[in-house]
Amino acid sequence: MSEVSVVSYAAAPDVRETAGTTNGVEMLVPIIGEALRAANLTKHDIGFWCSGSSDYLAGRAFSFIAAVDAIGAYPPINESHVEADAAWALYEAWIKIRTGEVDTALVYGFGKSSAGELRRVLSLQLDPYTVAPLWPDPVSLAGLQARLGLDRGLWSERDLAEVAARSRGANPAAPVHERVTAEELLRRPYLADPLRRHDCPPVTDGAAVVVLAQAGRARDLTDHPARITGLAHRVETAHLGARDLTASPSTVDAARAAGVDGVALAELHAPFTHQEIILRRALGIAGDVDVNPSGGALVANPMFAAGLARIGEAARRVAPGQRALAHATSGPLLQQNLVCVLEGE
Amino acid sequence: MTSSLPPLSAPLDIEFDYTRSLGSTLGRFATGLAQRRVLGARGSDGRVHVPPPEYDPGTGAPLTELVEVGQVGTVVTWAAQPQPLEGQPLRHPFCWAMIRLDGADTPLVHAVDAPRVATGMRVRAHWADTQGNGIRDLAYFVPDDGQGDGQGDGQSGGQGIGQGGGRGDVRTRQAEVVTTVTTPIRLRYRHSASPEESRYLRGLAQGRILGQRCPACDKVYLPPRGACPTDGVPTVDEVELPDRGIVTTFCIVNVPFLGQRITPPYVAAYVLLDGADIAFLHLVLGCPADEVRMGLRVEAAWKPRDQWGTTLENIDHFRPTGEPDAPYETYAGHL
Repeated sequence: MSEVSVVSYAAAPDVRETAGTTNGVEMLVPIIGEALRAANLTKHDIGFWCSGSSDYLAGRAFSFIAAVDAIGAYPPINESHVEADAAWALYEAWIKIRTGEVDTALVYGFGKSSAGELRRVLSLQLDPYTVAPLWPDPVSLAGLQARLGLDRGLWSERDLAEVAARSRGANPAAPVHERVTAEELLRRPYLADPLRRHDCPPVTDGAAVVVLAQAGRARDLTDHPARITGLAHRVETAHLGARDLTASPSTVDAARAAGVDGVALAELHAPFTHQEIILRRALGIAGDVDVNPSGGALVANPMFAAGLARIGEAARRVAPGQRALAHATSGPLLQQNLVCVLEGE
Repeated sequence: MTSSLPPLSAPLDIEFDYTRSLGSTLGRFATGLAQRRVLGARGSDGRVHVPPPEYDPGTGAPLTELVEVGQVGTVVTWAAQPQPLEGQPLRHPFCWAMIRLDGADTPLVHAVDAPRVATGMRVRAHWADTQGNGIRDLAYFVPDDGQGDGQGDGQSGGQGIGQGGGRGDVRTRQAEVVTTVTTPIRLRYRHSASPEESRYLRGLAQGRILGQRCPACDKVYLPPRGACPTDGVPTVDEVELPDRGIVTTFCIVNVPFLGQRITPPYVAAYVLLDGADIAFLHLVLGCPADEVRMGLRVEAAWKPRDQWGTTLENIDHFRPTGEPDAPYETYAGHL
């Protein structure tokens, strides 16, 4: 089976609201070009294209079809789409290269989260018979999950504030950026008890592109490819009550399959502060690991691109000989989790 | 017309009543709710889950044994909802909770009509006035004062659960078997046109038809595009087009449908304006439907100017000009 490397990454500016269309063309055209140029490739060199996005964000059926315009899909291309974070599109592209069908792939994800009422839109990913008709929104559900851990002493509000303080200071280019201490954050009011605003992700419009290549070709395309040494994803039951929401067994399983020992940095797709703590424990991340140097989803959470961006950010930062971990999540309350391990070359 | 104007945008409100068949397990659950009873499913490991999953959350085995559980339960965790969103069970501040009903082993997500609750608090089901709406028959929960729910009307039954939510003396209404549940979904968006589309739409409001040329393939697009589908780059150079051209291909609409504004038969055609490379769909009226043909020369019939907006509907339809038909070779590349 062919080895696969990340050879380039580009991301659109993460913003609270873009004036662009919900098909993401305005965000994608520049960064597809940027990612291709960085790897000295043209669109004609790409063997497979795969995207992640959601019609629910756009309020229109088959909205992702218009995004294909951003490729310039002529002559006809080999293309696919997942209605999930584009990290899962990367998984599909990785398989395509592993099986030898193609030796390059371009993966993109985009989301104009601001077009609708995101909290209501996301409640539609819940069980349509017994849960979604009540419209519980992601902040409320995260509050239920956070309090389970607070009540059991698995984390404290101060632990959550420390995750937030570190994240908010990490990335000056993110829509959320401030130098702030956990003490200051704890003095701020609740958004929805037990969560404060800093425990929740900002509504963010954005897009990301990752180019993959068969490892043998990667060296020709970039000086610093990042080889994917493990990639796995697992899902838990959709029945919320049957899950232990304070742990993430699907992440544990995916990490075991991907092999996460010895990583120096980790980019975790944790939209809520307590979820970073759950993920650290599930992944067995030691104290000396650099977690979310990009700031993570707590400071920029472009729907359907934020998971792919974790892989891109990890690949961009991992030094030769170093190992890095990237994680992506999908569904309510960390229902589905993907773990990608990269090695700098 | 300047390019500094922000792109056009407009509300996009969508709604649909999703009617779902329930199947055996969820059908019995919904029927129970209509009778003011709560049913759970016994899982492979003996645990009782509410709402009843159709398949075991751990093993995936089909679950068929349903058992009635209590209507009083314990708050396992909760979160405040200070500003309820449209569609949620209550319109004033309330709390979400995971509630383990007496007799159940796993909790369900629902609302509690209280601005604050506490973990471990006892809460009791409050039933909706209507029945047959699945989980929404259970309107919300209220703090349990141990005095019953006060919802009795002597006919709808189930309210006799009494203190502690015991299962013994449930009187059931002979409700119809519930086999489907309808969930109305309403979402509100702000739909944005691209910068290129916005120029085109603003042009139409002035009676002008503005296309743009792709810098890579030189094709003139109407409407102009944020990305040429062939080349993946935005169209740039503006090209003002005349309001006349030809029919490339067409169909005669004979079938009536809901919302139809013209009596069949009539013609929907692809119209290729002179100088454009992309045809668009419009109506061809002004001659019998069976006289419309490929290559027919047509011109725009505009609505009165006072009815114009930022829309192609400013052109009511296209009509034949009487000029000689265009030879097939001239539009063969546009089919």
